[in-house]
This record gives sequence, C-alpha cells and structure tokens, in this order.
Amino acid sequence: MSQQLSVPVLPPTAPVQKKPLFRIDNRYIAPAFITCILLAGHLSFGILESYQKTLLAIVTSILLELILGRIFFHKWVHPASAYITGISVGILVRSPAFWPYALCSAISITSKYVLRVKGRHVWNPSNFGISVMLFLAAETVATLSIQWGNYLWPMLIIWALGSVIIWRLRRFHITGIYVVSFIAFAFLRSWMTGSPWQSEIAPITGPMYQLFIFFMITDPKTTVRSTKGQCLVVFLVALVEMVMRLDQIVYAPFYALFIVGPIAMLVEIWLDSRRTNFTKLTVVQ
Amino acid sequence: MKGNQISRICVALFFVALLAAPAVIKRISAGRDADRWKIDAKTALARHGFYLEEVSHAAGINFVHQSPKLDPKLDAIMPEVASMGASVSIVDFDRDGWPDIYVTNSAIGSKNALYRNMHDGTFKDVAEEMGVADVNQPGTGVSMGAVWGDFDNDGYEDLFLIKWGRPELFHNDHGRGFTRVTEQAGLPPRINANTAIWFDYDGDGLLDLFVGGYYSEDIDLWHLTTTRIMPDSFEYAKNGGRKYLFHNLGNGKFEEVSEQVGIDSRRWALASAAADLRGTGHPDLFVSNDYGVSELYFNDGKRFHEVGERTGVGFAPKSGMNTAFGDILNQGRYAVYVSNISEDGILIQGNNLWVPKEGTTGNGIQYQNLARDFGVELGGWSFGAQFGDLNNDGTLDLYLTNGYISLDRHRSYWYDFSKVAGGNSSIIGDAKNWPAFEGRSLSGYQSKKVWLNDGAGKFVDVARAVGVTDTYDGRSVALADLWNRGVLDVVVANQNGPLLLYRNTVAPENHWIEFELEGSTSNRSAIGAAVTLFWNGQQQVQEVSGGSGFAAQNDRRLHFGLGKSPQIQKALIRWPSGKVQTIDNPAADQLHKIKEPV
Repeated sequence: MSQQLSVPVLPPTAPVQKKPLFRIDNRYIAPAFITCILLAGHLSFGILESYQKTLLAIVTSILLELILGRIFFHKWVHPASAYITGISVGILVRSPAFWPYALCSAISITSKYVLRVKGRHVWNPSNFGISVMLFLAAETVATLSIQWGNYLWPMLIIWALGSVIIWRLRRFHITGIYVVSFIAFAFLRSWMTGSPWQSEIAPITGPMYQLFIFFMITDPKTTVRSTKGQCLVVFLVALVEMVMRLDQIVYAPFYALFIVGPIAMLVEIWLDSRRTNFTKLTVVQ
Repeated sequence: MKGNQISRICVALFFVALLAAPAVIKRISAGRDADRWKIDAKTALARHGFYLEEVSHAAGINFVHQSPKLDPKLDAIMPEVASMGASVSIVDFDRDGWPDIYVTNSAIGSKNALYRNMHDGTFKDVAEEMGVADVNQPGTGVSMGAVWGDFDNDGYEDLFLIKWGRPELFHNDHGRGFTRVTEQAGLPPRINANTAIWFDYDGDGLLDLFVGGYYSEDIDLWHLTTTRIMPDSFEYAKNGGRKYLFHNLGNGKFEEVSEQVGIDSRRWALASAAADLRGTGHPDLFVSNDYGVSELYFNDGKRFHEVGERTGVGFAPKSGMNTAFGDILNQGRYAVYVSNISEDGILIQGNNLWVPKEGTTGNGIQYQNLARDFGVELGGWSFGAQFGDLNNDGTLDLYLTNGYISLDRHRSYWYDFSKVAGGNSSIIGDAKNWPAFEGRSLSGYQSKKVWLNDGAGKFVDVARAVGVTDTYDGRSVALADLWNRGVLDVVVANQNGPLLLYRNTVAPENHWIEFELEGSTSNRSAIGAAVTLFWNGQQQVQEVSGGSGFAAQNDRRLHFGLGKSPQIQKALIRWPSGKVQTIDNPAADQLHKIKEPV
C-alpha cells in the first residue's frame, strides 16, 4: 500500500481569554498522533524497516520544505506538514535500500512546489511520491500493507482514534462514503469474479488501508471544498479503484487517488476561475 | 523577480532529476550485474575460476518430484498449500568413502530415492532395496525432508524423515538396509514439519533431534475438519506447529524435552540449523520462521534462551525459509543467511545476511543485516541456500535457489495473494477465503543465484555465466564433493521438478583441503565439530552440520578452498566433547580423515 498520511493540519489555536494549564498548538496534534501510531506500531510489531530509514525520510522532507519554502515564499514554512509527509513515507515505503526513502520524500515535497495550478498544489504529496516510486522503482520499492499484524486490536484502535479525529475535523463524511462505496464494490467484484467476498473485503481490514481512508483521502489541501463535491470525489476514487482491482492492480486505491484527486482539484480550480470571471464581468457591467 | 524565476526553473529541473533518479540507479545496477549473461565454460573458468554443468541424466538420475495433494477442501489453493516437499540430503550411508544422495518425494504413493554413488560418475537408486523408498503411503503422510545422523554411534548414519504426517526414524543396518524404529524411539504419531536437525545439544555424546513444526500437528492435512488451517497473520503468525526437542536417551529411545529446556514456540518454522555461534562449546539453534521473525536460541548446555530480538535477528518479521552458516569474511565467525521473498513492486522483504557486529562477542553478540551491502539481498522468492567455496579461491560463495509456483507464465496470483495477506486474521486464517489459484503463477520461473564472494565484502551473481540457467521451482540445495575431486558439486531439489546435479569444474591452480571427522567421546557423526583452518595469514571456520539450508544437509566432510600457493599453518579442531586438537601443516589437496583422540 502506499501514500500519505496527510492528516489535516489545523491552524494555530485562537487566542483565549483564560490560559489553560496545558495547551498544545493544534498544528502539532496531527504530527503527534501520527508519531504515536508509528511508535506504537514499531514497538509492538516492528513495522519500520529501521529507525534510520524513517528518520532519513523525515529529515529529507523537512529540509526540502524549509529550503523550497524559502525559495518560493521567502519565509520559513512550518515543518508540521513536511514532518507528516516524511513520517508517511517512513511508514508506508518498504524497501531494503536507504535511497528510496530520501528520494520518495524529496519527490513528495518538491511536487508540492512544482506541480501547482493557480497557487494550489493538486496532488497529495506523499500519494504522488509513493505512486511515482512504485511506477519507476518497482524493483526496489513496495508498500504491501501487512506490516501491522493482521489482528483485531490494532484495527479497532486505528478505527476508533481515526474516527474521533476525523469527526472532530468535520471530514468523517469523506471516510464514511469511501467505506460504504468500497464495501458495496467489494460485493460487486465478488459477484463478478467469483472470488470469496471475504477476500474482496480483506484489504480494508488491514491497518495500512485504514490510514489511507482516514488520513489520506481526507487531506484538506488536496480535496475539493464543498461537502457534496468531497462525497462525489471520494465515491469516484472508490469507483476507479474498483475498476483497477478488476484489472488486478495491487496498488489500486493509491493509483485511483493519484488519478481522481488532481482531476477533481483541476475541475474545482476551473469552476472557481469561471466564477471569478463571471463576478468580474458582472461588476464591470 | 528575475532571480525568483531562475530559482523556480532550478527547482523544476531538480524535480525532473528526482524523477529520473530511479532509472539512473537501475542502469548503474544493470552494469554491475553484467556477469549474469551466459558465457561459455572456458571463459567462465578463466573469469570466475569454475563452471557448473548439469549432469543428472548422464549420472543416471531421473528423479522428478511430485507435490502432495491434500484434502479436497483446499483444492482452490492447492498449489500454495502443497508447495513444499522437494528436499535433498547428502550421506555416505554405506561408508564406502563416496557421498550418496537421498531425495524426497511428496505425493501419496510416490517413492523417495537413495542414490548410491557408483564411483564412476553415476548413481543408482537403491532406496527400494534399502527400505527407505516407500515411505509416503496413504495414512502416513508424505515426505518433506531428511536428515542423517548416527544416533546410536554404531558408525553408520541413521535417517530421520521429516514429514507432514507421521515422522519416521530409520536405523542404518551397517549400510545393508534400514530398519524402521519410529515407535521404539518414542516419536509422536504426527508432526507437520519442514525442518529438523541432528545436534548434540547437551554434549553427552549422543545426537539429539530438533523438529520444527509448520502446520499445527493437530491437523490431518488429508482429512480436514476445518479450513481454518492458514497462518493467522502474514508476518506475526503464532498458530503454526509446535517445536520438538527429542533428547537421545542412548537406548534407542528419545524423550521430548522442548518445553523444559526453554523451546516453546508456535511460529511457522521452515528452516533451522545449529552451530556454536559464541564459542561456548555448545551449539546454538537458529530457526527461520515463515510468517514471522526468526528465533535464535542460545544454548548453555542444559537450557535454551531465545535471544532473537536482543541480538537483532528476531525483530523485523519476514518469511524465513533458509538457515545457513558461513564464515564469509574468514574471521573465524559465522554469518547467518536467511532467505525471504522479493517480488518487484509488490513485496520487497529482501534476504537477510546476519553478520556479527564488530566488537560484540559471547552472550553480548549482536547481528546486523548486511545482505544489501554484500549484494546477496534480492533473490526472488528465495528458498534453499548454502555456503561453500565453489571456485576454491579461499572464500565461501553462496548458492541460492528460488521460485515459488511456476504455472501459467502470463497470469499471476500476486494480486489475490497481496489482497488477502493484508487482511484481518479471521480472513487470512481461513483457506476458504483465499481466491482460487486457477493455474496462475506466483513468483515462478525465477533465475537462480550463484553469488561469488570476493573476500572483501561483496558477492557477485555469476549464475548464468557459470552455467546455472534452470528456472524450476527450487527448494533445497546441498553441496558435496560427489566424486572426491576436491571440488564442491551442487545438488538441487525442485518442487514438481527434476533433481538437478551440477558437476563442478574448478580452475586447477586453486587448491583445497577436506576433513572427514569421526567422534569417539563426541557423537560419532562429529556433528558440531568445528575445524578452523589457518593458512596464508587468514582463517576460516566450518562446522559439521546435522542439517542446514532448507530441508537439506550438506556432506559431513568439510571442504576448504585455499586459493593459489597455500601455506597451511594448522587446522584446529574443536570437538563437541570440548577436546581441542591441532594438526600442524596439513597437506593441501587431500582429504584428511581424523578420529577424535580418546
């Protein structure tokens, strides 16, 4: 499996009247959550190839973000987002070599700055990075989603924590629509191919897949803005994934997001620009 | 503004360079692997110092392995669940001084073969007349491997048959035949195992027997009451067969003592081997498990202590399918080679080469995986591997066989495999949830690896260059100097495929020395005896093994390549009894037969 755990990064907390005893900047909640998952997964299951490889992915990611932010925006960009991209690469990339971790992080972060349309990046960075690595370096990189054990309790923990966070961020509908669509399509595939339905459902029961549905497809920077649009897009991701699965493509969910995500963003940007032009025209008239 | 644009163009170019990087790295690697191309024997001899010629038919061997057919409830995924059983072990069962070959078959009613060395380049199957052929009868299970050891110290190697079903112990009647002594020995009625080794864990001079279960022993694979027989996790499964340690009581009986000596695991064992890894005089036990981490048991002579995680070898779970020891850097220390699965773009576990960390010894020994640094990491769906000096240059090379299921070349099962493998235990653990195989391949038709050691920390694959071009589904590899020529030949057992016999031709300028050890106070097979050879300012240690690789056993004779112009200082023999014997200036290009001094 692949891609990013682009946990939505919240804006800094607003000033409050009464200073609480302990307060954490909202920007650190998501990175802290991902770090906890990483540590829990590694200490209990040994999910990482090695600490060094994950560290390499994180350091590369943050360094590039700082450098490119300086070049493009003339300021030091907050590293929370880059940290999440790095840690996503560290968790999801499986390779015996070191270089894919650095390269994947570098591609992910750089894509954010190079592949922009009207000031918005259209690909989820780590989705882009990992998909590219799978296309171009298949002999060295894989992301099979088996490294968190296949047991019930990690699945329940991630479902519970993920649901709480996504609910709080008001993006649970994205995850919900995707899960319902996936399950419906799984039964359809089972009917079409004759495979046991359990085997078609199986991927979504894997912890890595859960990270995909909670944190990757909900990334605010690379999803459309309207709620209806988000529901439609995530349904289309599931649909494209279903078609790819019929063609036995192992990394179908990520490739589906890789294809559908930017198209949706481009459509939204185009609609925005039409709306702006229309408004300008109305004002002129 | 202009500067900003230049910066952006530079970043865009940097991005393009990043995207091009994998292709560049691939190209560099391709250049490094140029020796994979097939060349003629003469060139191979000049370039690599040896070549291998497949001579099984000329040697009178026409053995083709047949896979088991288990309960019909498993029909949909039969190629996967019945994908093992081809094995080879080397033994001089009649003590005529020439290595013989025993191979297993795995279909109900099929027969195993014992190839007697006829001393003229040919072999003759004498399994039937010796009574060790018809061992796969209905109701008794089928063969998965065989290991040889003289459990009663009468001078003749006895046979333990590893099975899915009823394990069998055969006493060697002075090379004239075999008598089945399973019940007398006290072995259990069913073990679904793929690995076993002979070793004297307590140093009492009697060979004990370790057996590692794969499927649970509760399961009759031909009469299933449930289809929930699969591993409950792809990487953390603990619902496999139990482990057995049969302590030799010396009266033809064995006592099962695994739990009381600290071996208590239900991981899915596929390969095991024992060697004195810490220089304590006691053989430590290394178990490579499928669907999980490897286990390393330190042996204090009475009890075993599992230290896999502490030593570094038992943390990252993979699909362990091989255990082989080799002093690859001529430092007098063993590295451990564990094979795993690598499939481009889907699953890159990489094989493990566990090398002792500098400065760590004894109980504090730590291992680091240097497979990538040494160039022996990617070998496809890897199975059996053995270390041996194939070109007699003085360093241990590595022969690896691979390939899982070769059926339809154009249709792969990998998609369905990865789909289920990532699922919850309730799904993966039930065979009925696995999609039907329908004649598809799963990492089939793979090229083998013959990794040549340059002695400085790099191995180069020369398989095709030296004549290894087969793409059968390899399982088991054994090395032996089959015709007493001072070179290591290679025997490979293939699943559903022919037994291959690669005859080795080595450049004559490279020298060698061999040792055939016989214990007196120690077990007579001398299993566990280690020879450290000192020559030309270097040393190499090798140990007589009671089973290693995957379902395999090399010849008990130890073979050392010496390179050109060897000056041998001494051979230091450390016997399992604790005795240390020194042989000064042993002559090169000879087999030295050495009996343990009383």
